[in-house]
Amino acid sequence: MLELHAITAGYDPRAPVFHGASLTIAPGEAVGLLGPSGCGKSTLARVAALLHRPDAGRVVVDGTEVRRWRHRAPRELRTAIGVVFQQPRTSADPRLRLRDLIAEPLRATGRGDLAAGRVAELAAAVGLTDDLLGRRPHEVSDGQLQRACLARALVLRPRWLVCDEMTAMLDASTTAALVAVVEAYRRERGAGLLVVGHDRVLLERWCDRTEEWADRVRTP
Amino acid sequence: MTPVLSVRDLSVRFRMRGGRHVAAVDAASFDLAAGECLALVGESGCGKSVLASALLGLLPGNALTAGTAVIDGTDLLAADERTLARTVRGRRVGLVPQSPAAHLTPVRTVRAHLEETLRALTGTPRRELRAAVAEAAERAAFPPGLLDHYPHELSGGQAQRAATALALIGDAPLLLADEPTTGLDRDLVDRTVDELRRHADDGRALLLITHDLAAARRVADRVAVMYAGRIVELSDAGRFFGDPGPRHPYARGLLAALPERDFTPIPGMPPELSALPDGCAFAARCHRADDACRAVPRMAGGVACHHSGEEHHSEEPVRA
Ligand code: SF4
Repeated sequence: MLELHAITAGYDPRAPVFHGASLTIAPGEAVGLLGPSGCGKSTLARVAALLHRPDAGRVVVDGTEVRRWRHRAPRELRTAIGVVFQQPRTSADPRLRLRDLIAEPLRATGRGDLAAGRVAELAAAVGLTDDLLGRRPHEVSDGQLQRACLARALVLRPRWLVCDEMTAMLDASTTAALVAVVEAYRRERGAGLLVVGHDRVLLERWCDRTEEWADRVRTP
Repeated sequence: MTPVLSVRDLSVRFRMRGGRHVAAVDAASFDLAAGECLALVGESGCGKSVLASALLGLLPGNALTAGTAVIDGTDLLAADERTLARTVRGRRVGLVPQSPAAHLTPVRTVRAHLEETLRALTGTPRRELRAAVAEAAERAAFPPGLLDHYPHELSGGQAQRAATALALIGDAPLLLADEPTTGLDRDLVDRTVDELRRHADDGRALLLITHDLAAARRVADRVAVMYAGRIVELSDAGRFFGDPGPRHPYARGLLAALPERDFTPIPGMPPELSALPDGCAFAARCHRADDACRAVPRMAGGVACHHSGEEHHSEEPVRA
């Protein structure tokens, strides 16, 4: 299970963005979290991905309570969760070729020997050609870069995947293509999925259940 | 009626290092009348933003253009920078930008932005500025109480309205909105495009460049679909989104990919603009491609496809 219990978080402890958000995802389950922009749902996504320390509340990943965050989080927890953001340009290192961008989490965890095989496998899944794998972020379109960012999120074979507005900048066909990749991965590996977004039609079509942000938080 | 904007065979190519060329826009033609909204749809990298830049005279130095884009007797492609700066940008073409927060200067209030644009475009004297600012804000439904706020203190919707207020100041006959709803919530998307539509209803021509088909459906009178630098379909919006639907296979695939429809992607990816195939650029992804498609299809009757006429007969009963 990926459990978020009564999370309060923000960027100033005196004025949290939200209070008491709770959500639980079962293995293999796809849960949508629907809310307006600015409500704090992206911050909660970052908490769930262990990228942002909450001011209060508990995060439990497969029975282990998270006590450290970001690069201090234990490796086995960090690598259990993959994350894709809305803006591929701000989340991709501009110096890396797409091939190295995708392999980077493997190298960072000392498993660079797996890179060639995993990159080839994922590139085929997300539809990146050899030519595109050799390019840097500024040489590809937003859609192509987001394909690479999704491949990077899957390269460690995480048990949990967090997609924060992953398709908000993409056209209908690229959106459907990336969702299909995520769904194939979820089926194949039984991964659980948190989809954060503002598009009700998309979330309801994609996810097993869709939760309203307003119902998941406590009004202070 | 003479159109506000008349685009004929507009092409934009970029000269790259090593003598390569990127054909970003190829022979685009369309007219746009006052009071009308044309949505230009397509995926990122299809050339639609380059087309917008061409209409604003904002292409980089390595761009080669051909064709004409005439507004009020001025060919935007032939105009020099001085003409563009003095008579085109803001005066003939008002731009509603993609990310208003980035478009506004962070250290200046909304009021300071509006004052500067009013002075530059309308020469409003200092003592009348206050009233003119209030009026400009009201036209775009920007809340007067927020005029002294800085861009970072505004919500996405408020920033969008501030940017729209700026775009409306010069009373330009053409409003060009480049992905104005990216990243906005559906409610805010609806409100933003409804407001743009209102400005078209006031007599402006509106060119809405977007990848958001729902936004296009909501307000457009006509839809132009762009693929790999070419306009492949130009249709009445009602027919395009309703019955009988799009006629070009790419456009059909794009609509079918929507989560409220089939939610199935078009296989493959668009070709690189620097390495377009000789014939139809969609052929590698098209289930109807055959030998005829080795020649580039010409635009005829609003669609550029060798087999568009046959699509319906094969999938639907022939109507008497
Ligand atoms: S011209 Fe041929 S390949 Fe191109 S869209 Fe039409 S049928 Fe498909």
